[in-house]
Amino acid sequence: MAMTMQGEVTLPADRAAVWAALNDPDVLKASIPGCQELEKISDTEFQAIAKVAVGPVKATFKGGVTLSDLDPPNGYTISGEGQGGIAGWAKGGATVRLEDIEGGTKLVYDVEANVGGKIAQLGGRLINGVAKKYADEFFGNFAKILSPEESAA
Amino acid sequence: MTATGIGAPVRRKEDQRFVTGQGRYVDDFNRPGQTYAYFLRSPHAHATIRSINTGPAKIMPGVVAIFTGDDLAADKIGGLICGWMIHSKDGSPMKAGPHPALAQGKVRYVGDHVAVVIAETLAQAKDAAEAIVVDYEVLPAVADTAQATKSSVQIHDVSPDNTVFNWHLGNKDETEAAFARAKHVTKIDLVNNRLVPNALEPRAALGEYDPGNDNYTLYTTSQNPHVARLVLSAFIGVAPEHKLRVIAPDVGGGFGSKIFIYAEETVCVWAAKKVKRPVKWTSDRTEAFLSDAHGRDHVTHAEMATDENGKIIGLRVHTIANLGAYLSTFSSSVPTYLYAPLLSGQYDIPAIYCEVDAVYTNTAPVDAYRGAGRPEATFVVERLVEKTARELGQDPAELRRKNYVTQFPHQTPVIMAYDTGDYAASLDKALELADYKTFPQRKQESARRGKLRGIGFSSYIEACGIAPSQAVGSLGAGVGLWESAEVRVNPTGSVEVLTGSHSHGQGHETTFAQLVSDRLGIPIDQVSIVHGDTDKVQFGMGTYGSRSGAVGMSAIAKAIDKVIAKGKKVAAHVLEASEGDIEFKDGKFGVAGTDKTLGFGEVALQAYIAHKFSGQDLEPGLKEGAFYDPTNFTFPAGVHICEVEIDPDTGVTKIERWTAVDDFGVIINPMIVEGQVHGGIAQGVGQALLEGAFYDQSGQLITASFNDYCMPRAIDLPSFQVGMTVTPCPSNPLGIKGCGEAGAIAAPPAVINAITDALGHEDIAMPATPQAVWRAAQKTRMPMAAE
Repeated sequence: MAMTMQGEVTLPADRAAVWAALNDPDVLKASIPGCQELEKISDTEFQAIAKVAVGPVKATFKGGVTLSDLDPPNGYTISGEGQGGIAGWAKGGATVRLEDIEGGTKLVYDVEANVGGKIAQLGGRLINGVAKKYADEFFGNFAKILSPEESAA
Repeated sequence: MTATGIGAPVRRKEDQRFVTGQGRYVDDFNRPGQTYAYFLRSPHAHATIRSINTGPAKIMPGVVAIFTGDDLAADKIGGLICGWMIHSKDGSPMKAGPHPALAQGKVRYVGDHVAVVIAETLAQAKDAAEAIVVDYEVLPAVADTAQATKSSVQIHDVSPDNTVFNWHLGNKDETEAAFARAKHVTKIDLVNNRLVPNALEPRAALGEYDPGNDNYTLYTTSQNPHVARLVLSAFIGVAPEHKLRVIAPDVGGGFGSKIFIYAEETVCVWAAKKVKRPVKWTSDRTEAFLSDAHGRDHVTHAEMATDENGKIIGLRVHTIANLGAYLSTFSSSVPTYLYAPLLSGQYDIPAIYCEVDAVYTNTAPVDAYRGAGRPEATFVVERLVEKTARELGQDPAELRRKNYVTQFPHQTPVIMAYDTGDYAASLDKALELADYKTFPQRKQESARRGKLRGIGFSSYIEACGIAPSQAVGSLGAGVGLWESAEVRVNPTGSVEVLTGSHSHGQGHETTFAQLVSDRLGIPIDQVSIVHGDTDKVQFGMGTYGSRSGAVGMSAIAKAIDKVIAKGKKVAAHVLEASEGDIEFKDGKFGVAGTDKTLGFGEVALQAYIAHKFSGQDLEPGLKEGAFYDPTNFTFPAGVHICEVEIDPDTGVTKIERWTAVDDFGVIINPMIVEGQVHGGIAQGVGQALLEGAFYDQSGQLITASFNDYCMPRAIDLPSFQVGMTVTPCPSNPLGIKGCGEAGAIAAPPAVINAITDALGHEDIAMPATPQAVWRAAQKTRMPMAAE
């Protein structure tokens, strides 16, 4: 079952710094909720392992993450596909655009995701809420890493 | 009528064990050395399997074996079959794609069987399944019934446009002519929503192999264990028929879903020999949602033509029937011969033409579910009649009455020959019980409270007692649909009846015993009903289509007649009279015109000791068998009236009154019959108001738990007012018509007709959830009556 989600966040860093962070596996790993591993295969490909819970279904997803439509330092498309064993599968992508604003950078995202198997069967009605929560967590973590106090530490 | 004979409301004998937790279901059986099977199922609706790597899983703790479709193919195990051949209009046979028990190269619905893990414990099997690596190439999927043939997705090689068959019934030219001269034509578009059967007991299978005798045993949740054995041996080839014993013990509800022969039991029997240990599988509820054959799923456009007097002169119907990703055992018969022949309803309609396009989709297989085709037909006819009445400004009850068949036998234009019935009598009784005359006052009273009240009729007919073997054979059935029985009288005079019918909630242990008690004049507790074991019962066709009374009991009655005939011979020897002078009455054999009698028990004993038999003419023993093949379908019919009250602010529909007047022919046990009616109505109300299985566009089942699939509960139902009329069925010796499906057939149009009456709105889709009803109510919101 498919879902879509749009949003934007304001980040307290300049566009170049945000762009660099968006391409930094360590930052991404620290930002992705439940991410246990994010291994760089090439400049645009990663292998990831993440723990995800949707309602009663908890699973470890293994899959690949690809960056495309690279337009430094304005944005890219990040897409991924993961298998969660008998929990099912998930795939999706987000286009990310960066804009300069007063005091930092505005990040605009547009997510499209699809899940199947047990997650869809049992977590169907929860999936939008969970996706929103994960997105909020991701950008919360991401913003925290980019904030001056965090950089200074 | 005796206290335990035909017509007596005897309490169900089997309920003692059911309500005290002493029933024995498949999962209650455990065999020494038993292993547990877990099926890895496809999370994709449609995908090519590039590879399956079971290596890492095989070395997991407790794993005994892992099998895939390749292993079944290597052992030349055949695919699952569809046992009813349908031919398209152009004469071509239906397009049956391969249906392997474990996927071979491709998966076609979410829940399709990819591999089986057999392990020491279920948890170990599940853990190992997690470690199997399947490389899928995900393909686009189509789940929507109406879109199946328009999609570029191709599910089976044999059917490029996903059509299984384009079938038709009736007379097209006569029907077109009727429409050409019609005064009025009523049109309707309907969806008969897909349902998940949801028996209380999920499916289960336990396979065992005895290498010493080369014998196989399968314990399975089956409504027809002999048919399962026949299919597993003759078609799938897992074991020779005489070496395979199939046991269907207590089964907790079937509703059709346990008629079919599925992948899981096939694999359990086969794997038991492979691993040399018993293999048990028990479905969990999610698996049941995904892989039990679903019901209904029709998209229909229908039109009814009436003349200037409101007489129905023609009916034409076009239906798209979703059969899912594979053809289940009897799937092809449901939207064809179990559907279109019922489109005449209770009405004298001279011309009917029906076209059915059956399609594949990337969804679970669809097959018979309580009513099987007949609820779909009744929904079409009864929605159309109701709508016609409204368009013509006629009373819906009186329009029905005007069109009822009144002369019997009545040949419809769609195969069926109705043998008997009195539809007006049922209508009159229902109108009286429902207090129809004062409905306007109740409607007004509801309006005063800001509520919308509506009344809806359903004047249904069904074809039960399935079925005359010659007739169904000519229509494409792969089997005959007779039934067998054996009546074994013991030397002590107690009786065991071995029946090919299978009880999974119907109460056969009681009703069948009532027949024996009635006919042989022995106490009901002297009678045992034996069923569900191919080693005990010689053969049988099982229980579905409300056939066990009309067909199964008729076989028993036939065997009882033979027992009485033999008993007369025994009595003649013992009483030293001529056989022709022996009469059997009130449980006693007597010599006519004398007071010399022998009780049934005495004759039984004499039959076995044979001390008084002279010569070789008479064989010892008292045991007789019979096969009964019906000569016609039976035609239960009745009128259900549903009265609802809708809260336009919340969209909640409350069923305020339910009146059911049914003609089931002769009734064996009114209490059980009433229970069947209650259960059937509950299921029909579930379909109308609550239940619906939905797949999203990618073929994911998004109603796969009771969280998202709403079953009817007591609070959703009123106290039913049930009445009966009786016209005995002329085609079987007991006059029985059958009652098991009536409620589920009658109920959905009654509910929807009542809701649309309340809303003043011509259609609302099932399930008519509060959301759907609220939306419809907003559209047609009428000014409330002044306080």
